[in-house]
Amino acid sequence: MPNPFSPTQAPGRVRPSHETDPSTAAKAREGATPAPSGQGNASNGEILARAQAGDHQAFAQLYSLHKRRIYSLCLRMVGNVAEAEDLTQEAFLQLHRKIATFRGDSAFSTWLHRLAINVVLMQLRKKGLSLVSLDEAMEPTPDEGPSRSFGAPDLTLTGAIDRLALERAVAELPAGYRLIFILHDVEGFEHNEIASMLDCSIGNSKSQLHKARLKLREALRAQNSQEEQP
Amino acid sequence: MTGDPGKLSCAEFQMQLPELVGSGADATTHPHLQSCERCRALLEDLKTIAEAARQLFPSVEPPDEVWEHIESAIRQEKEGDSNPPVAPPLIAPPRQ
Repeated sequence: MPNPFSPTQAPGRVRPSHETDPSTAAKAREGATPAPSGQGNASNGEILARAQAGDHQAFAQLYSLHKRRIYSLCLRMVGNVAEAEDLTQEAFLQLHRKIATFRGDSAFSTWLHRLAINVVLMQLRKKGLSLVSLDEAMEPTPDEGPSRSFGAPDLTLTGAIDRLALERAVAELPAGYRLIFILHDVEGFEHNEIASMLDCSIGNSKSQLHKARLKLREALRAQNSQEEQP
Repeated sequence: MTGDPGKLSCAEFQMQLPELVGSGADATTHPHLQSCERCRALLEDLKTIAEAARQLFPSVEPPDEVWEHIESAIRQEKEGDSNPPVAPPLIAPPRQ
């Protein structure tokens, strides 16, 4: 039986592109824009190399390969279509400016994801939204640590969770928790990949994810208990 | 902290949970859970949340306008690069 806590492929879910062949996976799921011609069967490495050398068609192909995942990440983080479009645009513009500096120390998709995450976090900081520091997760505080989960066992979540209720609860998480939860539980990244993207330790990623789930549980239990009240 | 995993307090067990769950091990077989209904319920809830997350926020395509805006911005940046602002001369030209 698969471990329910591990990110496994769910129907319709997009896996990190380095776990599949992005050219194949992306071709299957990507849309019409842009449709560069004459670049038919180039490998991802070739496309990347050409884009790094300033080939605009190759850059357009890179956009095609990665646009869906970057846009989805932005939308999941900010919950607003117009803002997600702006952030996607900014992420790819930054990619265009910085692509020559990519040296292949990590998978390109991880590097691009990291770049997009920084764009999103910068935007959230500009808006003054609550960002939980990644280090904070390692230091449980009296009101935020695991001790708060000792409460009444009769208030557990039963059966299936209402999807909309969970999406609302995710949207209300502090951005740091939301980011880790989305990267791991929604998008399927592993802790080592998240640690690489966010420049934190693997233990930190695990701890932050655990806290995010605890907060979601708390929010869903609160919603359930409100609904049960006459 | 006691060395016997079956005799952990709830606080001790829950301190270990992030690593236990994150390591991919089957946390449901932990000895503490044999005798602790609360922690069993907690783990069950966390499992339910992790499973439900897979159905959240379906992946979507950006509209075509996003690429159009990116291309336009790239063009503008290139034009800006090829027409750099004229730097003032270091020495002012002599007056006529």
